[in-house]
Amino acid sequence: MSNNDQAATTGTVPASRQKTARKPRRSRILVDFMGSMSLAITLLVALAIASVIGTVLVQNEPYTEYLMDFGPFWHEIFAGMGLYQVYSATWFLLVVGFLVVSTSFCVYRQSPGLLKDLRRYNLQVKEKSLLSFHSSAAGDLDQPQDEFVQHAHRVLKAQGFKAREKNSDGQTVIAAMRGRWNRMGYLLTHVGIVVICVGALADGTTLLKINEWLGNLEIETRSVPISEVPRSAWIPEWNPSFRGSVEIPEGASANVVFLPMREGYFVQELPFRIELEEFRIERFSTGAESSYESDLIIHDPDRDEPLRHTISVNHPLIYKGFAIYQASFADGGTRLDIDAIPLGAEALRELEVPGRVFQEMDIPTPDGNTRTIEFINFQVENVIQLLNEEGVRENRHMGPSFDFRLMDRTGHGLYYRNYKRPALQEGAMYFLSGVRESPADEFHYLFLPADADDSLDRFRTYLAMLHKPEVRNEIARQVARDDETVPNEQTQAIASTTAELMGLFAQGGYTAVHNEIERRVPAERLDDVRDLMIRILHAGLQGLYMEVLQDEGVVSIQEEEQRFLEDTISAINAISLYQSPFFFHLKDFEHREASGLQIARAPGQSTVYTGSVMLIVGIFLLFYVSYQRLWIIARRREDGQGTHVTMAGTSNRHKVEFEERFAHLKRWIIDQQNADDGQKTTGSNTNKND
Amino acid sequence: MSVPHEALDFERPSIFRRIQLRDWAYFALMVATGVIAYSLYGHMMDRYDVGGLILAVVASSWMGWFWRPWQAYSIIVGSLALFSIWMYGDDLTRGETNFWLNYIGSGQAGVMWMSVMLYLATAAYVMGLFSSSTFPSRAGAAFAWVGSGAGLMALLVRWREIYLTDPSWGYIPVANLYEVFILLALMTTLMYLYYESRTGQRTMGAFVMLVIAASVTFLLWYAYDRGAAEIEPLVPALNSWWMKIHVPTNFVGYGGFAIAAMLGVAYLVKHRFERTRPDAPITHRLPSKDALDSVMYKAIAIGFAFFTIATVLGAMWAAEAWGGYWTWDPKETWSLILWLTYASWLHMRFTKGWRGPVMAWWAIIGLFVTTFTFLGVNMFLSGLHSYGEL
Ligand code: HEM
Repeated sequence: MSNNDQAATTGTVPASRQKTARKPRRSRILVDFMGSMSLAITLLVALAIASVIGTVLVQNEPYTEYLMDFGPFWHEIFAGMGLYQVYSATWFLLVVGFLVVSTSFCVYRQSPGLLKDLRRYNLQVKEKSLLSFHSSAAGDLDQPQDEFVQHAHRVLKAQGFKAREKNSDGQTVIAAMRGRWNRMGYLLTHVGIVVICVGALADGTTLLKINEWLGNLEIETRSVPISEVPRSAWIPEWNPSFRGSVEIPEGASANVVFLPMREGYFVQELPFRIELEEFRIERFSTGAESSYESDLIIHDPDRDEPLRHTISVNHPLIYKGFAIYQASFADGGTRLDIDAIPLGAEALRELEVPGRVFQEMDIPTPDGNTRTIEFINFQVENVIQLLNEEGVRENRHMGPSFDFRLMDRTGHGLYYRNYKRPALQEGAMYFLSGVRESPADEFHYLFLPADADDSLDRFRTYLAMLHKPEVRNEIARQVARDDETVPNEQTQAIASTTAELMGLFAQGGYTAVHNEIERRVPAERLDDVRDLMIRILHAGLQGLYMEVLQDEGVVSIQEEEQRFLEDTISAINAISLYQSPFFFHLKDFEHREASGLQIARAPGQSTVYTGSVMLIVGIFLLFYVSYQRLWIIARRREDGQGTHVTMAGTSNRHKVEFEERFAHLKRWIIDQQNADDGQKTTGSNTNKND
Repeated sequence: MSVPHEALDFERPSIFRRIQLRDWAYFALMVATGVIAYSLYGHMMDRYDVGGLILAVVASSWMGWFWRPWQAYSIIVGSLALFSIWMYGDDLTRGETNFWLNYIGSGQAGVMWMSVMLYLATAAYVMGLFSSSTFPSRAGAAFAWVGSGAGLMALLVRWREIYLTDPSWGYIPVANLYEVFILLALMTTLMYLYYESRTGQRTMGAFVMLVIAASVTFLLWYAYDRGAAEIEPLVPALNSWWMKIHVPTNFVGYGGFAIAAMLGVAYLVKHRFERTRPDAPITHRLPSKDALDSVMYKAIAIGFAFFTIATVLGAMWAAEAWGGYWTWDPKETWSLILWLTYASWLHMRFTKGWRGPVMAWWAIIGLFVTTFTFLGVNMFLSGLHSYGEL
């Protein structure tokens, strides 16, 4: 048997390669190189490495971020290599393109041999070459030759082989094969991959890149209102494939989407206008979102009537080949009615602030300056999970909150989050306001005690009175007078110290009080004096509180009231760190949401799916069908008494199983015995599950 | 002895002859189960659910024909799960008051039994490697069967528990890292048991069970340290039919790759012992290199085939949920990397005919890539795959 035959049967070395070895032509060398296994593996590895880079280096961040992370030198290099958008970098597309070409060459080179394999039974084999096969056997039978040949055909047919026969010089050659679908598997996997890549390239950004090179398009990097985006960043409707996003507030509409591109974006026109009627979030009892939905109205000049459709996560709308997905949501500019309650002097004169999310406004502060408040976000519902006393997780509904930033003239300032409703904390109610230096930090909370009506009134009254010098003096005098431990001649001095301490406390909390004491008192007496001073201060603060309660008509002071005072003192102490002249209290709001839509046009999608199906079918054929060939040569025995039989077989997969099967075939064909006579295994290896 | 050829058994027995009465009985039982399930819950099912139910009946019947032990396994596990569900009635708090549920039949208890059994199986198989008796390995197989069964029962019961916690949450328990780790452990064990029963090579268990024990350890840590066993509602993106098929398919892939890697370790051990200590009993006890190589190939083949399906399903799901079938999300990208790793392995074997230590090492490295794809991406990289953060 020739080398060629052996190759055809195992399917490892294509028949065509043998020819190449004899007379290499230049085109042939190219075909060989392009379709070579080494190139394919190299490309696969290159693709894998590029993919690793793409996941380790976070993609599509703003360029300023990269600049900060890597410094100008490396930033230039990385940007130049396209590492911030690996998957749309030119070299990456080239690798994929090469892979497609390489695989196509491989298919192109393999298929002729492969198809020939399927049709050619190869009846030219010689006895000697059969015996050199790994699975081979020979034997002498008493049976006449034609009877044996008949028998052999029956066995082969029953075992699923297709057979051909040739007679010459009194010798019969039978060539048989089965599992040809395995060879189709090879074609299907590889063609499938080519098809997938072609479909994917069609859906990529290649076309945009070409237009960019040609100078037809230019990326917009500024974030400006859409009317100010120059025409060079607009992509007309012809663009067959894109994926972009747009945020539409309730009641508004859009006929463009934004396509992120490197450090900027393009604006893609749509042939229709999408209006958002309403956006809804459904929630589970835990407060976690269960679904997002948008009621859309599509206004299309081609339609007589606008199309109404509700989309939700996992349920997009496909309209004219444009797929419209529910991707995210945001605030759409909720109106906020806010009371700015001063936390310093003149604490009763509150300010009404009409806010809107995403807007900024200047507000005058009591000290005559202005601050800028920027409304960042609004949240209708906040649910936090807490462990209750029994250690069981519990959901606490915190109600609405809004986020804002308060800046001085230089643009510096802290970030805040205020809750509308007071929240229960260890048995008492508080208004919460979180403050932090940057959005990356955790919030620190200011707890303002709520009174019995869940309002801030009592706290505000107390604070206002504390800030009035005449009130402080009056209270201080009363407290000193009523205190029996204070000798009469010292009443005046104690009273003025108390008033002074209260004033300090109102301005700067305990820190201010301590600083003042340290400034005035020699170090060796500091400890004694400090204790005394704090006691005096507390007496004054308590006295003031009694006054507030009296005005309210409260006569007897309970544990609850006492706790309120302690909370009030802690809150006033914390105000100096809070760094806001106001507590912004949300009175009311009109919620307006925006829906984040992702809009895509992917004409290659069905191509990709078709390729995927081919790939999967091909893989199963490759793995689970084995391609087997068998040859039998029968000739009259030398002594003229019967038949001499030689047989051999090969398979391209599952060698172990094939050997077993070959042993069975031999018993049936040559020994003409049952396969399981004297051995335990059953008839055919498809029957192993017994 | 020569017999007349009319009497020879070469006629390929038709599929119906190979299937015996018990197989038909099993098929009938599966169909009956499906019909009962439909009559009870049909009103809650959409057409995909019905399709899934039919598919489950067909797949389970086919599994039972293809691999007979599956019949007993599925019947026992199914009955225990049904018993637990019956014990629950519609009151989740019975999980603490009812003896059966508290100690054996609830989702949590089932996971504990699975963990214990799989640890015992690991220990027994390792002992079997060092013992001249086959008893420890056989005990290992028994533990592994029980462990895998307990895990499957636990998942089935948990499915019900989720509905009992809050009917509006209801989802199949393959939605977070805790649940998929249970799936991984039981699925890998089951796949291993299949290869063991087909090859009769029990010493492989000493290697394969090690990786399963490691995943059980992770599972326990995750459950206790992070309270991951808590039942939570689903995020909207996961509330999709695709999840039900995408996730289990993926785990057949991961399971196959894990088995292949551990057989790679066994291969390297055998390879080394053959050279350095050819006469040691342990050298003889290990399966032949050919046998290891053959099972390694089969595990990678089934893993690769299913992983390919899972990736394609994932792409289809992504197209529906995120608006693009391929967005180069880190999880997707690492799936591609993993896919390429094994595609190259298969090419080396198919076209170059590579065998031996290099391929064994490759399979081992493949497990690291698998682990990173499965866990590392969630821990170190951010992306759209929102489930199962650590
Ligand atoms: C990106 C993906 C792929 C590329 C670039 C690729 C490329 C190649 C190349 C270049 C060859 C060698 C042809 C030759 O030596 O003449 C080959 C052979 C082969 N490939 Fe792939 N391939 C890919 C995917 C796959 C997949 C997924 C499978 C299936 C599991 C597969 C199965 C095979 C088989 C079985 C052969 C040998 C053919 C034979 O036995 O005749 N390939 N491939």
